[in-house]
Amino acid sequence: MSKNKTDEVIIRGDMTKAKWTLIQIKKYRVAYLMIAPFFILFFLFTVIPVVLSLLLSFTTFNLLEWPKFIFMDNYIRLFLDDEIFLIAIKNTLVFAAITGPASYMLSLFFAWFINELRPKIRALVTLLFYAPSISGSVYLIWTVFFSSDQYGFANAWLIKTGVINKPILWFQDEKYIFALIIAVALWTSLGTSFLTLIAGFQVVDRTLYEAGAVDGIKNRWQELWFITLPTMRPQLMLSAILAITGSFGFGYIITALVGFPSPNYCAWTIVHHLEDYGGQRFEMGYASAIATILFLMMIGCNLLVNKLLRKVGS
Amino acid sequence: MTLFKNKNKMPKEQFQRSINRTVKGDIGIYIILAIFGFLMVIPLVYAIGQSLKPLEEFWVFPPRLIPVNPTLKNFRDLFRLMGDSWVPFSRYIFNTVLISVVGTAGNVILSSYAAYAISKIPFPGRTGLFKLIVYSLMFNSTVVGITMFILMSSFGWIDTYLAIIVPAFCTTFGLYLMKQFMETSVTDAVLESARIEGASENKIFWKIAMPMVKPAWITLIIFAFKDLWNVGSNMYIYSEQLKTFNYAISQLVTSGISRTGVSAAATVVMMIVPILVFVITQSNIIQTMSTSGMKD
Repeated sequence: MSKNKTDEVIIRGDMTKAKWTLIQIKKYRVAYLMIAPFFILFFLFTVIPVVLSLLLSFTTFNLLEWPKFIFMDNYIRLFLDDEIFLIAIKNTLVFAAITGPASYMLSLFFAWFINELRPKIRALVTLLFYAPSISGSVYLIWTVFFSSDQYGFANAWLIKTGVINKPILWFQDEKYIFALIIAVALWTSLGTSFLTLIAGFQVVDRTLYEAGAVDGIKNRWQELWFITLPTMRPQLMLSAILAITGSFGFGYIITALVGFPSPNYCAWTIVHHLEDYGGQRFEMGYASAIATILFLMMIGCNLLVNKLLRKVGS
Repeated sequence: MTLFKNKNKMPKEQFQRSINRTVKGDIGIYIILAIFGFLMVIPLVYAIGQSLKPLEEFWVFPPRLIPVNPTLKNFRDLFRLMGDSWVPFSRYIFNTVLISVVGTAGNVILSSYAAYAISKIPFPGRTGLFKLIVYSLMFNSTVVGITMFILMSSFGWIDTYLAIIVPAFCTTFGLYLMKQFMETSVTDAVLESARIEGASENKIFWKIAMPMVKPAWITLIIFAFKDLWNVGSNMYIYSEQLKTFNYAISQLVTSGISRTGVSAAATVVMMIVPILVFVITQSNIIQTMSTSGMKD
C-alpha cells in the first residue's frame, strides 16, 4: 500500500509525454494483466486474420506452396474477369440494401409499439418477435411450408382457393427465390439489435414526456421524433451497426434454403463466392481478395450510416 | 378531472400513458402488433404442429396447421433413432455441453476482466483498445474464415475441441456489453474506498464489481451459450466423435420424406432450449441492453 501512496505523489510537472506514459503504465500494470488474456486472443483470432487476409489477397496461395506475390492481379481478375463475382456483388448489395434498412425499421417500430403495452404483455410480445432469431435452424420450416408439392401449406391453399392449378416450385423458381429469402431473413433478423431498441425505449426519462407535453408536443409521432429518438441515439447507433453487419451475413440461410449454388446463381452472394474459392477450390489468395472486399463493404457501410445517424439528431 | 387532481399520486407509468395518447392510436398499434405477431409466430406454430402430427395427417389435403389428433410418436421416433446411431447420442450431447459450458465460462471471465480494466482503471491505451473493439463489431466472422482455418491448422487445432472453444472466449460483443454496463452501474466511489483499504484489483473485481453487474454476466452467458448451443457442422471438426448434438440431429432428419415429423420434432427440441433460457432471463437481458448504446 505504501507503494501506491508514493505513486500518487508524482506529479506530471514538466516531464515529457513519453516518460509520463511510462510511469502511468507502471502504475497500472495490473490492468494490463487483466486485459491480457482477452486481447491476446482477440489479436490472434480477429486482428491477425484480418491483416493476414489483406496480405494474402496480393498473392496466389494454395495451402501447399509458399504464397507467391502477384500484386493486384487477384483484384483485377475479380472485377474484369469473373462474371459470377459481379453477380455476387450485385446480389449482396441488393440483399443488404433491402434487409438492412427493413430489419432496422421493423425493429424500431415494433420496439416502439411494444413499449406502449403493459409490462406483462410487453414481455410476452417481445418473446414472440425475438424467438425466431434464437431458435437455431427453425427457419428450415419455411421449406416445408413452401414445399414444392401440393402438401406444402402455401401451395395447398393456393390450389384450394383456385389461384393456381399446379404447385409452384417456390425455392427453385428464380421468380420467387429472392423474395422468399428476404422474407425469411427478415423473419430471423429481429435479434440483438431489436433487444437493444426495446431496452432503449425503456430508459427514456419519463419526465421528458411531461415537459414535452407542456412545450406543445401534440401526438405520439411528435413525441417519438422530438423526444424519444434523440434521447436514445446511442441505442440507435449500436442497433444500426448490428443490423448492417447482420444484413451481410445471411449467406448460410440462403445456402440452407436454396442450395449451393442457387439456381442460375440468382441468390449467389459474396459469402458464397468466398466459400466456393476458399472452401472448395483452395485458391486462398483469390478467396482472400474476396474476403477483403466483403470486409471493406461492411466497414464502409457501417461508417457511412454511422455518420448519417450522427447528423439526424442534431 | 380526477386524473388532473391526483396527478402527483398517480404512478408514473399510468401518467405517461395518458399524455398524447388517443384510443384510436392505441387500437391501431394493437392491430399492427397482432397482425405482425401472428406472421412471426405462424412458422413456429407450424413447426410445433408438424412435430405433433401423426403420419396419416401429413397427407391430408388441404394440410392442417394444427393436428387434429396430436401425438408424441415423432418424439419417441426421434429418441429411438438417436439410440440407433453408431456414435452413441450421449457422446454428441456431451460434446455440446462441454463446448457450451467451457466456452461460455471462459468468455464471461475473460471479457469481464478486460471490461473491468477498460472501464474502471485509467491505464494508457484503453480508449484505443475499445475503439478497436467497436470497429470489430462492424464486420462478421465470415470475413476471417479462410485465415482462421490457416491459423488453426498451423496450431494443430484442426479436429480438436480447441478450435471451437478458444475463439469463443473472445467475442467482442460480450466485452462491449460488459464494459458499457460496468461504466454506468459500478460506482467509482466504492472502488476507490476499497483501494484505499488496500484491496487488490483482482479482489475488488471479484468481490465488488462482479456482484454489481449480475444482469450483465447473465446476459453474456445467454448470448455465448446461444451461439455455442447452435454450433452445427463445422469446417474445423471432422471426427464423428467430436461433433455436436445440433449436427447429429440435423443429420438424422435430412434423410427421407417419411421423416418429416421426426425432423420437425428435432427442430422443436433444438429451439425449445434457447427460448426457455430467454424467458427466464429476459429482464436481466433488457436491463443490460439498456446501457449498451454507443456514446461518444
